[in-house]
Amino acid sequence: MSLASLAVQLLNGLASASSLFLISAGLTLIFGVTRIVNFAHGSFYMLGAYVAWSAGTALGAFAGSPFGFWGAAIVAALAVAALGALVEVLLLKRLYAAPELLQLTATFGVVLIVRDAALAVWGPEDRLGPRVAGLDSTVQWLGSAVPQYDLFLLIVGPVVLVLLTALLRRTRFGMLVRAASENRVLAGALGIDERTLFTAVFALGSFLAGLAGALTLPREPANLGMDLAVIADAFVVTVLGGLGSIPGAFIAAIIIGVTKALCIAAGTVTLASITFAMPKLTLVIEFVLMALVLLVRPAGLLGRAAVIPATTTVAAERTLVKRPRPRSAVVAGVLVALALVLPFTGDPYALVLSTDILIAALFAASLQLITATGGMASFGHAAYFGVGAYASALATTHGYPFPVAVAFAPIAAALSALAFGALCVRVSGIYLAMLTLAFAQILWSVAVQWDTVTGGSNGIIGVWPPDWLAARTRYYLLVLAVVSVSLIALALIAFTPFGYALRGSRDSTLRAAASGIDVRARRLKAMVIAGGFAGMAGGLFAYSKGGIAPDALSIPRSVDALVMMLLGGQSALFGPLLGATAFTWLSDALARYTEYWRAWVGVGILLIVSAFPNGIGGTLRLRRAR
Amino acid sequence: MSAMVLSVSALAKSFDGVDAVRDVSFTVATGEVVAMIGRNGAGKTTCFNVIHGELAADRGDVRFDGHPLLGLATHLIAHRGIGRTFQVPATFASMTVRESIALALAAHDDRDRSVAGGMLQPRSARADALLVHLRIDDLADAHCAALAYGDAKRLELALALAGAPRLLLMDEPTAGMTARSRRDLMQFVRDTARRDALAVLFTEHDMDIVFGFADRIIVLDRGSIIATGTPAEIRTNAAVQAAYLGVDERPPLGIHDIAR
Repeated sequence: MSLASLAVQLLNGLASASSLFLISAGLTLIFGVTRIVNFAHGSFYMLGAYVAWSAGTALGAFAGSPFGFWGAAIVAALAVAALGALVEVLLLKRLYAAPELLQLTATFGVVLIVRDAALAVWGPEDRLGPRVAGLDSTVQWLGSAVPQYDLFLLIVGPVVLVLLTALLRRTRFGMLVRAASENRVLAGALGIDERTLFTAVFALGSFLAGLAGALTLPREPANLGMDLAVIADAFVVTVLGGLGSIPGAFIAAIIIGVTKALCIAAGTVTLASITFAMPKLTLVIEFVLMALVLLVRPAGLLGRAAVIPATTTVAAERTLVKRPRPRSAVVAGVLVALALVLPFTGDPYALVLSTDILIAALFAASLQLITATGGMASFGHAAYFGVGAYASALATTHGYPFPVAVAFAPIAAALSALAFGALCVRVSGIYLAMLTLAFAQILWSVAVQWDTVTGGSNGIIGVWPPDWLAARTRYYLLVLAVVSVSLIALALIAFTPFGYALRGSRDSTLRAAASGIDVRARRLKAMVIAGGFAGMAGGLFAYSKGGIAPDALSIPRSVDALVMMLLGGQSALFGPLLGATAFTWLSDALARYTEYWRAWVGVGILLIVSAFPNGIGGTLRLRRAR
Repeated sequence: MSAMVLSVSALAKSFDGVDAVRDVSFTVATGEVVAMIGRNGAGKTTCFNVIHGELAADRGDVRFDGHPLLGLATHLIAHRGIGRTFQVPATFASMTVRESIALALAAHDDRDRSVAGGMLQPRSARADALLVHLRIDDLADAHCAALAYGDAKRLELALALAGAPRLLLMDEPTAGMTARSRRDLMQFVRDTARRDALAVLFTEHDMDIVFGFADRIIVLDRGSIIATGTPAEIRTNAAVQAAYLGVDERPPLGIHDIAR
């Protein structure tokens, strides 16, 4: 690697840092004031790119009109700002008092709707951006050609930082924003009109996201994967910089941008006879970097501990959790009997659907252990599901017999949970939710990029159970046996001394520690157990589908588990099974009816979250308790 | 004089350059009930949090039975034999009274990591004894989050005593209680201290409680100890009167001062 190519990569890295900062600044600004982490922020960024493409077409940007592109960028940013304000008024206003897990889930509903809306309007193919008139050539620097547009982007970041700082420090609006970030209750008591202020801040943050999307267009085409790709990056940047801190986001964006550039410049490195393709490890290194910073500064580089809201997954956690009674065993028996009969009465497809439901139930139940019992917000549970699935699939393609290959699933998943947990167990609340999401997204991109091992985006195929299990019926019975035992085990674990210690740590960390409970150790153990069971579900899934694709690790799958859990009621004994049945059956029915079924799932999420802020089971229980 | 359970020497802690606790030294003996008093911000809770491992000290030494405590995590300090109650009672809100006591007992026995050994059994002779001892046996199956304030305080004390501590730290144990139940609770604490050779260190704003139940009083002012002694000695101490018990010269804050 020459010094010149390193320098050019650095420039490149700083240019992407600029646009990363724009996105993260909006996210962190919104969080600072409203305490909401807006999952849909990446979707706003994607919309910014698409709208800029359409507006650019209309304004003649592609015909070389200099006004075309800049006009389109402004139009896009304003349109996204208006959409942000709308989402705030219609949806988020209802959720400010809700637990963070529900806020994140609700904004994910918006992600699904925006994704399908973009698909409907702009279609599935990438939309190439225009060359920007006046900035479309290159500059010679150290013997390399540097695009002028990169130099322009390089300046945008610092300029926006200065403008935002001036806005916050010098204007009345900025003073109100700072007052509200500092102390929302006091600001309200002093007569600051919160409702308007929150809407305005949301619009401003969305404006920045839309602008970032538009400005990215000349460098990379608008596509339907931008939303989740960028939100993971933005989460890393905001957490690293400290939630709510704009200068922190700036510094973190530069760190991340430069790290990426250095990884790309490093190319392929051979260490102790193992070859690392550094450009492909970028995300992993980014994540490890962030985890290391959080070990030293749990609130991020410039974040203040006080800004982090208390860990509250759901308000229902003050409700009494009832121990399983003999009656519960009877219900479980009846359910198993039903599962032995029902799928064989209808068409053969019922068997496929029932297999899916059982696997989904195990996946949701494993999430319930950490999220409901443990009080740890997890937004990346699919990581363990996917690790389990890939472990089994790889073991099979490498010739291991079925029983061994299946056993790999929980073991590999539990180990990955141990590794993640060891790095992140100090972190809690919204920070943990964002880290789990970033972790899952990183594993996803590893699965997509590591062609030689994971088969890239095609995944691994040819993963079928052995002949004696090949019949759908037999495989279903195996799944039923494994899932029944696992669900019972998970339900009972919650009431072992360990389960009580875990829930006690959720109820009151202070009291738990004062009673001699090692809160972190219990939480880590819960992550490992839950990861193992999720991995088991993943392994069973791989064999039921005959293979595995990166989908299994994707954020939507993590959210599926959350939705199933919320549907069934957080702490309800049979909640995961109930939620998995309702969710799997409904989304299957929707998928047959419309191509845009994900958007309908999004609408469903919004309805559930607005109507049942404690989950269906939890809300019913609260009502009964009253 | 019996053995010193807790000895604190030259303890210091500051936040952002402001000294919350500076050069504080004191001891608490077995069976002794010691009150720590001082105005809001005098450093009482900071002292507690440092002793209990929730905050790291800047300087100084804390010894429990002669063994150093500083640097240990809170749960390890609990296992050494230090119990604590908090200003706002901290209980396990999703459990019944009986379940939460069973959990505290399991944690004390180091059984709280057990997964394979079956479900936690809420009923045990020790749990029953604690319930009766604290006079909350009629509430055994009540939901912790639904307890009346005074009962929650008793439950918290039961949870702290479940760890069979030899030192009990109580942060404003009677705040928010009626006058009668305050005296009941403190009488109970003092009886327990005498009977079980338990050392008690508590903070309190109610001077009737402090002078009625403490064997010894430590007076903190702006992070430093300005006096230590029996209630009778403290009552007549000039420095204390000036700094703490003395009449505050300023008029009480009115609504206009707050708005200003």
